[in-house]
Amino acid sequence: MAFASRDKNTRMTYRRALTRTAAVATLLLALAGFWELYRWTWSSAGWTWPFAVDSTSMPHVWTILKAFGQPAQVNQPSLGNILFHKALFTAKESAVGFAIGAVVGFALGVVLAHSRLLQRGFLPYLVASQTVPILAIAPMVVVWVNPKLPAAVQGWGAVAVIASYLTFFPVLINTLRGLHAADTRALELMRTYAATRWTVLWKLRVPASLPYVFAALKLAATASVVGAIIGELPSGLQSGLGGAIINFNQYYSIEPQELWATNIVAALLGIVFFVVIVIAEKLVVRRAPEAVG
Amino acid sequence: MSEQQPVVEIRNVTKTFAHGNVTALQDIELDFHPREFVALIGPSGCGKSTLLRVIGDLVQPTSGTVTVNGKSARQARNDRDYGIVFQDSVLFEWRTVAKNIALPLEMLRWDKARRRDRVAEMMELVELKGFGDHYPWQLSGGMQQRASIARAFAFEPALLLMDEPFGALDEMTRERLNLELLSIWERLQSTVVFVTHSISEAVFLSTRVVVMSPRPGRIAGVVPIDLPSPRSAETREDPRFFELVTEVRELLRKRGEHLLPEEEPV
Repeated sequence: MAFASRDKNTRMTYRRALTRTAAVATLLLALAGFWELYRWTWSSAGWTWPFAVDSTSMPHVWTILKAFGQPAQVNQPSLGNILFHKALFTAKESAVGFAIGAVVGFALGVVLAHSRLLQRGFLPYLVASQTVPILAIAPMVVVWVNPKLPAAVQGWGAVAVIASYLTFFPVLINTLRGLHAADTRALELMRTYAATRWTVLWKLRVPASLPYVFAALKLAATASVVGAIIGELPSGLQSGLGGAIINFNQYYSIEPQELWATNIVAALLGIVFFVVIVIAEKLVVRRAPEAVG
Repeated sequence: MSEQQPVVEIRNVTKTFAHGNVTALQDIELDFHPREFVALIGPSGCGKSTLLRVIGDLVQPTSGTVTVNGKSARQARNDRDYGIVFQDSVLFEWRTVAKNIALPLEMLRWDKARRRDRVAEMMELVELKGFGDHYPWQLSGGMQQRASIARAFAFEPALLLMDEPFGALDEMTRERLNLELLSIWERLQSTVVFVTHSISEAVFLSTRVVVMSPRPGRIAGVVPIDLPSPRSAETREDPRFFELVTEVRELLRKRGEHLLPEEEPV
């Protein structure tokens, strides 16, 4: 019976995955269809509001897709190939930036949660740090951090630090909230065990905070990709998607499909990061199915 | 420990809450003896839960002293002298049932093999065998409360504090768990302090019912329960059972008469 139900479960999971894939494919097709329909309507009616539709402002979907297979410049590999490698480079920066941000955010959260005084003293500055645009911070970080880095990580290491600047904040705020989310009865129970602060932290407060922390990690995952792309701009790095965006931006009027293709790759990278965190959450956080958001 | 030394000695305990000048407990004097099953009963706001928390050193009395196993309540808590069961099971949802029951054993730094053996033993005792790998939300309310009782008894504390443990369960489940609790109590020979709203539950379970009255929280009377042991489903049909239920009810009513209208519980 146990086997039968397991088989049934596998079949259900399989079917669910199939349904989901079909739904995503349908949605993508619908989006492409809408794009082309909009294009056709506007260009045949000659409407110019909000903007004139032509092959520069809105290249055909198939032109964009075809661009992946063609070299952007003569005697070069295909654009798809180039963008794949640039995406890997940006992914490396984002992943390291995400990791630094997550660890720093969580550690700061744990420290601040234990001291109201520190919280009052430091939190306003941490909040203020997020109101300064990252574009204004990035050049300084490059100048400060890069010379101190070992040769192997020079350049992209500074970009990772810039990405972490965007990721630590949501993690910090949600860690603070999550560490106070433990049930009061559960805290009383720990008192009856004469548990130390440390034990209460690791056995109760941290596990209870994980749903909150993962909500923040999902925000941070996509923010780290944005941070890495923006961080590449003042660093003058050409190996990542940020460099590619700047480059293709300059040729937009001639070959707009290349920038569009780059944007699609950047969006895909963000989605991959997000999905990785969703999977990690499923593996780590155990809670009632109805509570899963 | 001699048979004469009480497990819990409550001397002249008064507890006032600063906000609103509420006197939750006034001049409480009580002794709980080894192997006793004491029910604390009273209307909302009579301080019965507060009294339980004072014994457990989760709330500090304003004056008076509480001695547990011959030590101060604080010392007894630090020595993990008692187990506790709340109205909610308070199981950690990220732990399996087995891991939840093992929680106090982890605190006591038992090694893994010893923990595993004890958890298996406790799960058998509360009839949760085979559910060790389930998560709390996969169990019914009654099963969750069983797991919570197993967790409280797991390290065999001399004293068990229970704060309306079956208050949120349906009548059928409640009566079954009453019987199960009694058989565990008879086997493990702990002293139980049991807070409840239910007169029949208090009489059915205990060897002594302490009736409390509110504002200020005081002891209205103590009813020794002389029903034969072990108790069974038939106990509830015993004429003596009805007499005792009536006695407790009258104590509650007499003390409650001047209490019009119902105020906020403490």
